[in-house]
Amino acid sequence: MATVLDILSWVLLTLGGVSVLIGGIGALRMPDLYTRMHAASVTDSMGAILVLTGIMLQAGWSLVTIKLIAILLFLLLTSPTSSNALASAALLAGTRPFAETQQDREDVT
Amino acid sequence: MYYVVSIATLVTMGLALVRAVLGPSVYDRVLAVNMFGTKTVLLLSVIAFLFGRPDFLDLALAYALINFIGVLAVLEFFRNRSLRRRAEQGEGQ
Repeated sequence: MATVLDILSWVLLTLGGVSVLIGGIGALRMPDLYTRMHAASVTDSMGAILVLTGIMLQAGWSLVTIKLIAILLFLLLTSPTSSNALASAALLAGTRPFAETQQDREDVT
Repeated sequence: MYYVVSIATLVTMGLALVRAVLGPSVYDRVLAVNMFGTKTVLLLSVIAFLFGRPDFLDLALAYALINFIGVLAVLEFFRNRSLRRRAEQGEGQ
């Protein structure tokens, strides 16, 4: 049973590390703000869930697990909120999505 | 195994810092800093188990709170500034 839990948590931790890395590369290479936010949200949701669940399986039932669940719940509550605030602030400041600006340029010319 | 996750998180934090330095607009930088903070929480949780010191989880929790409040405060500041600029432009016309 312990071996099964170990293997499961290793798989979750590796998948979490891979998705965190993919999100980081995406946030560096995507062409505009909104697609960058899309890439960064992968690390916020997928990476955090996988890594923290993998750690939880290693920790077993104790106070540590409760703290990990609190961290996970807090991340899941706050990262959509800050993403929404960021997108609305950027939209209000006049940042337009990439595809739409291309369309506007075609309309002007 | 913890080493792999912490190295991946550290590389992602480096990429987020590059984006924060390059980022054309203010919002790209805010996004990068927000991402950096979330990755710090993950890294602290992993390091707590890597070195066998569960006290670090409290630091991770506190850092998550501070990061969230900080990002919201910065965004509110820039939102007010863009609204004020728009109002000034409206008066100019």
